Order: sequence, then C-alpha cells, then structure tokens
Amino acid sequence: MKKIYLDHVATNPVHPEVLDAMMPYFKEHFGNPLSIYEHGMKAREAIENARSSTASLINAKPKEIIFTASGAEANNFAIKGIAYANQNRGKHIIISKIEHHSVLNTARFLEKSGFAVTYLPIDKDGVVNPADVEKAITKETILISIIHASPEIGTIEPVAEIGRIAKQKGVIFHTDAVASVGNVPVDVQSLNIDLMSFAAHQFYGPKGAGALYVKEGVRIVPLVYGGIQEGGRRAGTENVPAIAGMGKAAELAKRDLQKRIDYVKPLRDKLINNALKIDKVMLTGHPGNRLPNHASFVAEYIEGEAMLLLLSAKGIFAASGSACSSKALKASPVLISIGVPTHVAQGSVVFTLGEGTTEDDINYFNETFPQIISRLREISPYAKGWEGTEDSSCTAQK
Amino acid sequence: MGPSEAALKLVDNTHLRFLDKPVKADATTDIIYMMCPMHLLTIEEKIKEMERGQIVSILTDYDGALEDIPQWCNKTGNEFLGIYEDVDHYKFFIKKVQA
Repeated sequence: MKKIYLDHVATNPVHPEVLDAMMPYFKEHFGNPLSIYEHGMKAREAIENARSSTASLINAKPKEIIFTASGAEANNFAIKGIAYANQNRGKHIIISKIEHHSVLNTARFLEKSGFAVTYLPIDKDGVVNPADVEKAITKETILISIIHASPEIGTIEPVAEIGRIAKQKGVIFHTDAVASVGNVPVDVQSLNIDLMSFAAHQFYGPKGAGALYVKEGVRIVPLVYGGIQEGGRRAGTENVPAIAGMGKAAELAKRDLQKRIDYVKPLRDKLINNALKIDKVMLTGHPGNRLPNHASFVAEYIEGEAMLLLLSAKGIFAASGSACSSKALKASPVLISIGVPTHVAQGSVVFTLGEGTTEDDINYFNETFPQIISRLREISPYAKGWEGTEDSSCTAQK
Repeated sequence: MGPSEAALKLVDNTHLRFLDKPVKADATTDIIYMMCPMHLLTIEEKIKEMERGQIVSILTDYDGALEDIPQWCNKTGNEFLGIYEDVDHYKFFIKKVQA
C-alpha cells in the first residue's frame, strides 16, 4: 500500500545533509562547548556557525539568536521574558484568538500573576485586523504577540503592518513564526519584528531545536537561570548536535526556499481545487494568503477523527487540527473564532505537503478523499440534518 | 478563594453547582497549574480507571474548568456532583456512571 505523509506541519523528516552535519557532534566532537580545550572548541564552533546560518535565514544578526529546545519554549520565553522585563512600565499584553496554545496558555498564566490580556478577534479568513491591534493598545501595553501563520488554517497574518503599529506606539512585538519560517520568506527587518519564535523540524531540521530571535537592545528575563550559555539568557549545556542540525537546515532552507515553494504550491492547489468539488466541503483559512504547502477543510456531517482513520487505512496520513478537537472532545477554538459552527468544526482536517510529496501522491489523494467523505456520510446520523446547539469552544481564550 | 467575578464572567455558569464541603472521593487527581486541555484529558483517563459508581475528585486552578468539566459530564453521561472552592483551587467531584 502507498504511504503518503500529508502532515508536514506536524513535523518533517530530517534532511540527509542535516543528519550528516549532526553526526560528528554525537561522537568525535562530543565536547561541552564551555570547555576550553579542543573538544569544547569544536562544539562551540559548531554552535556559532549554526547561529550565523540560522540568523541569515531570517535576516538577523547572529547575536540576536537564542537557541531553545522548541518553538513552544521560545514562545514561553518571549512572552514571560518580556512581560517580567517590562512590568514596571505596564501590565497589558495583546494577543489574538488564533494563537498557538504555547502563547495562549502563557498569556493565561500571566493573567493569574496580575497581567491583563486582550484577545483580539479574527475575521472569517482567520486574519487579525491591524486596526484592532492599534485600538487595543493602551498606556499600559508592553507586548503584542500575533502569530505569523496559523498551522491549523494556514492563514498568514499582516505581521509587517502590526509590527509597524507596535513600533510607532513603542510596544514590543513578538511573532510566533514556527509554522512559517522555512515555508515562506521571513525577514525580521522588513516585518518590523522585535522577537520571533521558530523551530528547526519545520524545515527538515531535527526536533529538539528551536530559536528565539531577540532584536539587539531588547531586554528579556531568562526562563532558565544557571550557566552562561546563550549569553546567560538560556542556561543549560547546549544540545550541540541539534543546534548544528538547525544551522544546516537553515542553510538549506535559505538556499532552496523558492524552489520548495514553486514545487509544492501547484500540488497543494490541485489538492484544494479537487477537494472543493465535494459537496459541503469548505476551505478554512485565507484562500490566497496562506502557507504554500497548506490545505485545510471542514466537511459537514463528518467527524474529523473518522476521516483521519479511514484516510490512514488508505495510507494517507493527516491531522484534524488542534489538540482540543482531537483529544478533548472540544471544538477547535480557531475554527470557532472564524465563525465555523460547532458541529461543522468537528469535521476539520488539515493536509500539509512537503518536499517528498509527489504528483502521484496528490492524484491518489484526489481519488481517495471524495470516496471517504461519501462513505462516512452514508453512515453519519448527522447527515440527516443535525445542526447542533451546544457551545463547546475552548475556554483558554475566553 | 472562590471564583473571582472575572472568572465567573468568563464562563457559562448555568451548570455550576457549588458545595459547602468536599465530597468523599475514591480517587483524586491534582492538576493544579495545568491548563487547557489537560483538565479534560485527565478526567477522561481517570474515569477509565474507575469502577461505575465511584467518585473522582479533580483539583485544578484553571478557570475554564468551571465551564468545561460540567459540560464534559453532560456530554459523556457521567454525574457532575459539584465544585468545592478550596483556598487556592477548585475541587471538582464526578461520579462515574458510564462505562
């Protein structure tokens, strides 16, 4: 049976060149980067090379990159670190209803410590209106954090404009760019970004490697205290192989980005065009301004989990969206925020393509997906017209 | 502590039932400081381990649980016995009804 992986937003395989770049740091160059002898020097050199190529991918300076263990850690670090560093100036933070839970739950945590949080709405395409950001800013506002691109519905946010407003008002601006860095060009200068989170496994690097870009001159309180690693801003002996891998993956992403986009976008468009021919299947997220490898839908009268099971039985591997919808019997907060009714939000499914996706894969998918929808609708009690009444949106963003 | 006014504004409080004293529970799970969706995942797992008729107590400080836990009980057919407000957290009591 074919095996078609359409969940590249969940994670990616490590690129062979990345793996080659990591291997020496498990064995011959195993040293602690703080050691002053040869072993340490080799490891330190690997980290600094990786810092340069990681910075280069986003048009930053090497010293503006702090390596972390994940995108979630970078998001926590950014939000807590900026909140604590600036709490004497004010205690108001602005985020949106489309944020990842690593931003959303961190903001909720800060609410319990006396910070006030504004959760901005999004429109039907999942877009945050920059005018809403401007209106929400008060004298107390110290931080704005708006996601760059949604892993769930693919929408790319008007981050450059929000960054411009933040700059004008003297508010620090963070963006969670985990889903976008490595998939679309990201330039922290032209996007007016002060802090940005991203993760290596989104662009064929290893898991366990992420980074926070912190613009030179922005003060941040560390999340982890201890040693002098990462300029004293993130203690702990570095994961040298993972960092070396992130550096190599960044180098490849910079070199191949346009090629990757040009390859994957027509395949993704073919998938979307075909899926939208199916009755009562709707695209979620922005139709045009979205991640080039991302297709997300809701199918009425069907459970997303049921679709995933049948797809997986046919060798197609995809996701249903947020952890809430898949694990906790909750409707996805992002889908509810863009106005999808609760019962329709249950029928959510996300397909994300990558370098390894072929034209044959998409043809096979395009044959299989409509058959699965028909089969599920035949057995679905909801297909007879249940509209649903309950409100089961996520309480984390209320 | 009791739910703050701000917390009560956050939730649909039509299902809330507060207790004057805690109920004797057969099992307790402490998820204080954990956030959405850990409360729902935890109940699901805990309920699986319990016998029908037994009572589980969930300790949490997550305000969203005020709405989610009664709704979860409603949806899954388990009995929501009520909430006891402790000093710095809530204690939710749920009786397993469904297998």
